Amino acid sequence: MKLRAEQPGGRALYRPVFDRTLCIGCGECVRQCTFNEIRLDSRNEKRVPHAAGKACGACHRCEVMCPRGAVYIGERPLALRPHAVWSQEAVMRVHLQAASGAVPITGFGAGSDIPVYWNRLLFNACQVTNPSIDPQREPMETTTYLGRKPENLKEADGFKASQLLRLNLPLVFAPMSYGSINLRLQKALAITAREKGILWYSGEGGLHKELYDYSDWAVLQIASGRFGINPDYLTKARAYQIKIGQGAKPGIGGHLPGEKVLEGVSRTRMIPVGSDAISPAPQHDIYSIEDLRLLIYAVKEASGGKPVCVKIAAVHNVAAIATGIVHAGADMVYLDGYRAGTGATPAIVRDNVGIPLELALAAVDQRLRGEGIRHKASIVAGGGIADSAAVMKAIALGADAVAIGTAALISCGCHGCQRCHTGKCPWGLTTNDPDIAERLDVDWAVERLSNLVDGWLHEMKEIMGLNGIYDIGSFRGNRLLLRGVGLSPKELEILGVRHAGE
Amino acid sequence: MCGIAGLISLNRIRENGQRIKKAIVLQTERGNGLGAGYGAYGIYPGYESLYAIHIMAASEEAMERAALFIRRWFKVQKQEPIPVWDKIIRDHPYFQRFFVEPAALSQHCPGGRENEDDDVLEKMMLMNKEVCGAYAFSNGKDMGVFKGVGTPQEIYDFFMLDHYEGYSWLAHNRFPTNTPGWWGGAHPFNALDWSIVHNGEVSSYGINRRYLEGHGYVCHLQTDSEVIAYLFDLLVRRHGLGIADAANALAPPYWASVERMENHGQQERLRLLKIIYEQAMLNGPFAVLAAFSGGMFSLTDNTKLRPMTTASQDGYTYFASELSALYEMREDLQQIVTPRAGEPVVALFHEPAASGKGVAV
Repeated sequence: MKLRAEQPGGRALYRPVFDRTLCIGCGECVRQCTFNEIRLDSRNEKRVPHAAGKACGACHRCEVMCPRGAVYIGERPLALRPHAVWSQEAVMRVHLQAASGAVPITGFGAGSDIPVYWNRLLFNACQVTNPSIDPQREPMETTTYLGRKPENLKEADGFKASQLLRLNLPLVFAPMSYGSINLRLQKALAITAREKGILWYSGEGGLHKELYDYSDWAVLQIASGRFGINPDYLTKARAYQIKIGQGAKPGIGGHLPGEKVLEGVSRTRMIPVGSDAISPAPQHDIYSIEDLRLLIYAVKEASGGKPVCVKIAAVHNVAAIATGIVHAGADMVYLDGYRAGTGATPAIVRDNVGIPLELALAAVDQRLRGEGIRHKASIVAGGGIADSAAVMKAIALGADAVAIGTAALISCGCHGCQRCHTGKCPWGLTTNDPDIAERLDVDWAVERLSNLVDGWLHEMKEIMGLNGIYDIGSFRGNRLLLRGVGLSPKELEILGVRHAGE
Repeated sequence: MCGIAGLISLNRIRENGQRIKKAIVLQTERGNGLGAGYGAYGIYPGYESLYAIHIMAASEEAMERAALFIRRWFKVQKQEPIPVWDKIIRDHPYFQRFFVEPAALSQHCPGGRENEDDDVLEKMMLMNKEVCGAYAFSNGKDMGVFKGVGTPQEIYDFFMLDHYEGYSWLAHNRFPTNTPGWWGGAHPFNALDWSIVHNGEVSSYGINRRYLEGHGYVCHLQTDSEVIAYLFDLLVRRHGLGIADAANALAPPYWASVERMENHGQQERLRLLKIIYEQAMLNGPFAVLAAFSGGMFSLTDNTKLRPMTTASQDGYTYFASELSALYEMREDLQQIVTPRAGEPVVALFHEPAASGKGVAV
């Protein structure tokens, strides 16, 4: 007997379901599916779509694009006997590996049932003694400055506010490289960042010439592959980010498959077309904190003194590591949490390595304060931020700004099918195939991203106002605004938050 | 809701507490009998160079423990009970005051006496944290706080404030809302040279407190107003800010106003203050009256959700939550100034005190 390699039982867990009374046989679904799941058959002189049942990943592209509303995505769970260990995922993974001998790769962020602490934290609200503020009527300010700040006014001789990064609201677009996403999407992020007065992080894909106009809002990355780093790159950005680790795959490197390295990516990354772009796990010139310090100062020198951010994954000893990074001269620490998304990572790493952002953020903020160096670096926190409430909870725990990546992708169409690594993203986001990438209209994406930022900003101001706070600065690190529900004393201690009712 | 009153003689003419009492007693409706207090500067002539530590203790044993602690760290020049008229309030803590100078400084703090203030404040916080049942509620020089659970009239009579003469007075009538009314939780709050009375709520308390803790302050009273006194101590005494800068750090203008400013020097200064002292900024509805050896000033929040009105006449400046209270201090006031939202009103002594350090404005 020969099992199909990909799926136990030889089938996918999702499939398009057609309503043949509505279907006109136009074949749009067939054209939209980049995984060749759907074919058209002729039956009784009528063209009828059929699902192969092999490749559907629930991207919902066919469902959204069908002009007749004649298709939806249905679930096809394996009817396995219930078992605590041998869940559907576990059985599938063994089948897949038994067939291939390989490491299953996935995209997106970890979806495991590790607690999402954002959902266990609740805000306070004004009642009677301190009036809440109506953001529709009163000023509500979210201006945020990132970077190394003087400890007090005496130390501020010669210091200028313009040395810092000014944001209209404490939100940034998380690093997503050109290559892992296509130029259209990156351009949309860059345009939106400029329009909204926030920042976009480049990820490790170099800076395409078309984006030079948006580099004043860009934090350009220097990672282990050193792709696309040339003299232009080292002068263009508003700030630089040295990437040490990534929340979706702490401790391992990156691999952009050759299939995604087409002409544009090749030029921007400065590598041959079709060659795999390998980012090693460590930066091969950083084997110690002293090495990191050298690189931080080298980047500052080469860039004319621009701020330098160091990105690390949230891991067990994150507070001590962050302290070292700040002492090494970083102006910002970017914390990437357990649930952070990615274009490609081994599923085993994504789901089993690193710690939740909430705990890491609380620990880092507290440790930097304990060391008296909190003013020396701003904290940018990202990884699994799904709504504006999580943004404000992160701010209250101590983040200076919060990064969104997956939420930005979703606003541009992503439905979370977790196949970013295949290069076939049906929404035209994580693909460089020009025919598929064409599906993403830059203006439309900018509108969607702007709407998302606007909507979240409204909600953030609402949350500030109902706490009687008109300036985000008084929200930042103000953990008394939060209460925990259903958390253990240890979890509360690490979060620095009291239990509800206290 | 709370009531505030203050008066200051810019020529340092001393008077007893009669006028300030009338101003605060008038504001009866602003309190509920669960807290009132007074602060006075210039009341201990002859002891100007010594820290006057006021202690309240739950029992004689607790007072003994406090005395031991103080004797361990300081050279005590004088110790005496704070006179009280206990027919007014029968159930009350024990009160004593100590006039001290830091004694063991050379042993514990190499570098000498320039850190006297730090040393005193640190020891007072240590005592409040560790000496069970005792609490130091006032520790500045030539000044004192008198406060407790009762109405303004009761507290005035209890401490017999007719018998003190000071050149600046603060008073407060409390309507506690977030914390229980207890003797230590009444206003004013004091940290060395600074005393404050506060009407409102500090919504930024959580971060103000963490900021202060990062600078060695211990907030043990569970009362939000406490942080304001420590913030003035940190910003003015330790960071050397002038009064205007400190006021702008604690109650800054909106970013929108700063970015509209035409004076670019002032604009950049405000930007820096807002950036550096973001965590010190007070948010929420507040009116604060702050007194120190150099004078007195009021602060309000940017939307002025708590009242403050002032008047200046013949070398005096008066502050109160209500206009009628100003007239209690002087009937024929001519120049009433009701500050706009966020606008501080500053009154400084014409001559600095003999022992006082100059404070920039």
